[in-house]
Amino acid sequence: MTAVQKIGLTLFSMGFAIWIVTLSLGQCTLTPDILSDTTLIKKEHYELIRASAAPMLGKTYTTAFSFGNAFRGAVDEVNQKFRDQQQYDKVIYDNYAFPVTKAASVGAITEYTALWFWLSIGLAIVGALMYIFPKKRLLPGIKNDHIFHHPATSRGWLGILLGTFLILFYVVLYFYPEYIVNWVILVDPISRALNGGPASQWFLYGFLYSLCILVMGVRMIIKYRHSPYQQIRSVSVMFFQTSFAFLIPEILVRLNRPYYDFKNMWPLDYDFFFDYNLNQMLSNGTLGLFMLVWGIALFVLAVPIFTYIYGKRWYCSWVCGCGGLAETLGDPHRQLSDKSMRAWKIERYTVHGVLVFAIVMTAFVLYTYFTGQSNIGPIDSYSVRSAYGFYIGSIFSGIVGVGFYPLMGNRVWCRFGCPLAAYLGLVQRFRSRFRITTNGGQCISCGNCSTYCEMGIDVRAYAQKGQDIVRASCVGCGICSAVCPRGVLNLENADPDSRVMIAPEVMVGNDMPKIRKR
Amino acid sequence: MKHVVILGNGISGITAARYIRKYSDYRITVISAETEHFFSRTALMYIYMGHMKYEHTKPYEDYFWEKNRIELRHAWVQAFDFANKTLTLTEQGTDVPGTLTYDILILGVGSVSNRFGWPGQDLEGVQGLYNYQDLEAMEANSEGVERAVIVGGGLIGIEMAEMLRTRDIAVTMLVREKEFWDAVLQVEEAKMIGRHIREHGVDLRLVTELEEITAQGERVGGVVMKNGEKLDCQFVGLTVGVSPNIEQFRDTELETEKGILVNRFLETNLPDVYAIGDCVQHREPPEGRKPVEQIWYTGRIMGETVARSICQAKTQYQPGVFFNSAKFFDIEYQTYGQVPAQVPAGFQTFYWEHAEGRIALRINYRSGNEAVTGINAFGMRLRHEVCEKWIKGKKSVGYMLSHLRDAHFDPEFFKRHEKAIVRAFNKTHHDHTIRLGGRPAFWEKVFG
Repeated sequence: MTAVQKIGLTLFSMGFAIWIVTLSLGQCTLTPDILSDTTLIKKEHYELIRASAAPMLGKTYTTAFSFGNAFRGAVDEVNQKFRDQQQYDKVIYDNYAFPVTKAASVGAITEYTALWFWLSIGLAIVGALMYIFPKKRLLPGIKNDHIFHHPATSRGWLGILLGTFLILFYVVLYFYPEYIVNWVILVDPISRALNGGPASQWFLYGFLYSLCILVMGVRMIIKYRHSPYQQIRSVSVMFFQTSFAFLIPEILVRLNRPYYDFKNMWPLDYDFFFDYNLNQMLSNGTLGLFMLVWGIALFVLAVPIFTYIYGKRWYCSWVCGCGGLAETLGDPHRQLSDKSMRAWKIERYTVHGVLVFAIVMTAFVLYTYFTGQSNIGPIDSYSVRSAYGFYIGSIFSGIVGVGFYPLMGNRVWCRFGCPLAAYLGLVQRFRSRFRITTNGGQCISCGNCSTYCEMGIDVRAYAQKGQDIVRASCVGCGICSAVCPRGVLNLENADPDSRVMIAPEVMVGNDMPKIRKR
Repeated sequence: MKHVVILGNGISGITAARYIRKYSDYRITVISAETEHFFSRTALMYIYMGHMKYEHTKPYEDYFWEKNRIELRHAWVQAFDFANKTLTLTEQGTDVPGTLTYDILILGVGSVSNRFGWPGQDLEGVQGLYNYQDLEAMEANSEGVERAVIVGGGLIGIEMAEMLRTRDIAVTMLVREKEFWDAVLQVEEAKMIGRHIREHGVDLRLVTELEEITAQGERVGGVVMKNGEKLDCQFVGLTVGVSPNIEQFRDTELETEKGILVNRFLETNLPDVYAIGDCVQHREPPEGRKPVEQIWYTGRIMGETVARSICQAKTQYQPGVFFNSAKFFDIEYQTYGQVPAQVPAGFQTFYWEHAEGRIALRINYRSGNEAVTGINAFGMRLRHEVCEKWIKGKKSVGYMLSHLRDAHFDPEFFKRHEKAIVRAFNKTHHDHTIRLGGRPAFWEKVFG
């Protein structure tokens, strides 16, 4: 490690620590103005909450935690009464704890927002880049030294710590956003500059997500600077994330248009056909209609056509946001995926199971949209929809999908859960020009390809037999080809019928006569 | 049902076992003293460097063996009774010898590292690198080492240098020859690899021979070179080649010389005893091949062949066009056909090297009909099938160069060198005007 890298690592750690510390900054005080602000609390709910929140008025809470908990408690108190009286339709489901806590925050974090931003996130970015850039000194080539010796990349204590942090982050983000209002306040100025309004927890998430892809994308470009394929692919995911997923939707909001990510696609974008989304698009004139048609064309036309030509990689490892995070932030953990046959069996059930679930859920939602009936038989379409959102949308794709990076590899979601990946995979497996070819008899079975396959494909099992790798799950990241020390693997597109699906009886380099099958 | 016993679980023995299972229902037993399961010995370096763990180097999951009814015995064979087709062996972890009878015995016992009787060669901290035990020894021996000396400039020597460099150990390589590996490589390639070794911070000393290894207590303390120069070091890697592992057969009826002698059918002088892989010495090697060829691929091909002979029809060992590969730090190397270190009479050679000095191509061809006989590629991947077709089909150098795009195997978007290579050839061979054929890739058109 160079001196610059050591300083970088120190700065990054300091920035990260300060970022955690910012959560405890400032105080929260509830004022009558906040409570009666109808942009925060619906008028009908204000009347209900006012009494139980009254004891909080004017009191100074030293942290967002205590304030958030107290306010959540006040709302729960109201709800408990309704539940006791079995007036379930009156129960308040809106999360008021987050906006109220944010509005009630005062002190260091609101007064010196920019300063704290640069001391935390800013310092971490500078530190990370200082750590990454000196790697340019190393000669170009595969540099995987000590990956299985390092506690962060081999499921050691640092990996477990990192995984725990990521899991906690997602739990708080999805279910207790009031705890991280200070982080949201830090990015308020950026949000105002982009969309004209204050930041929500989702803005914070999008900002951090893009930041991780950008910074770790720079790392990818430097790490694989001997490989133009890896560099161009990294630039591609960085571009699609910052523009399509982050900036364009925010600008659309600023222009009073629907929030729309033009590269996100059903069924990954599972709420595309939800009533509020359809209504929003249909009430937005030509642009809204274009969004609707575009969104449908993506999965009806683009998936079969592009997957036929290039394999699913055109989306999964070049465009997709989940793929983008996996290929950048997740790259240091790609070797932790499970390559066993058992894992492959589980994967086939879960990923296709989620695809079926997504299709059924969407069918329910559309049935309700067109008929106005919320029930099909005994099943309520809203509960199917919210079950999908909770179990798949939040827990699987977020908490498990990213939280388990340092434990199960960087593609847990893509491999075991993504319904779009399942759909793309079916096209790739059965009708695509894409395959990974193996170079004659040159494989030495070393295992680098399988080890570094983020999707847990046992690449070596094919390469050592001289068989092409044609697998539904392959996202075409090309790392197997990059780490192969003998130049055996290559990602290629050609006539689908030219794929070598059965291992040759005798491999190239052996002139032993072939025995014809009787 | 015949009982096939295979001694050695390296690539040749395991390939034989797998194919015998494919072709037959015979009982198969594989005996190894090295490890319980088959692993890729070529990947030892990656375990040391932390790219992989031992379990990643196992090409088959542990259930594979039982599922395919291949019995594994982690044991030492102590005695061979070829007359009664009986082995005496001791299971790992026990000391009671047992016996095992076979109908067919396949010997795939591999090699041992060479030691040329240097004074001090048995000191602690002096070792070769061939098997799993060597890796374990290297882990222990290189602990806390500041300087290491590697004796010998071959494929294992450079691997060892790369391994030690990842632990920030200073490495000096003593190479007897004028250039690195110049017994195999022609001088331009040898120089290029030599430069690359130095680029990686290795102190490469050419035309330098070891005189003795000096001790510091029980351990190695330094080396003395033939020119009298001394160097302190705490680790010495002896990588001066390997020899067939035949010591155990010295007092048996099995005929050996440098290795276990076999005919074209891989049969030894004893009935129902075959030998394959590194330990073999061919009585009549295939045309253009050496009697002892210690290469992963030839081991695998022998395993395929012997299985065919045992289960189906008697089959000759018939390797195709020679091929091999290696990686010198960051430079990948592939070779096809015959590219000897000295161009033989009646042959010509063409060499192209990229200005950055890490990519090169060598073509050897006959003087008369210009048929290509050998290809070396560095830092550039070529398609095995196509190279084999060219050499087997005796295609001319002109044909090969005009069809160079067919052999391209680098990943997409990689810089293409076909044009530069053909241009270089035309420049130096005025009697030729070769035109590069084939369709350039889209990206080549855009950025070319």
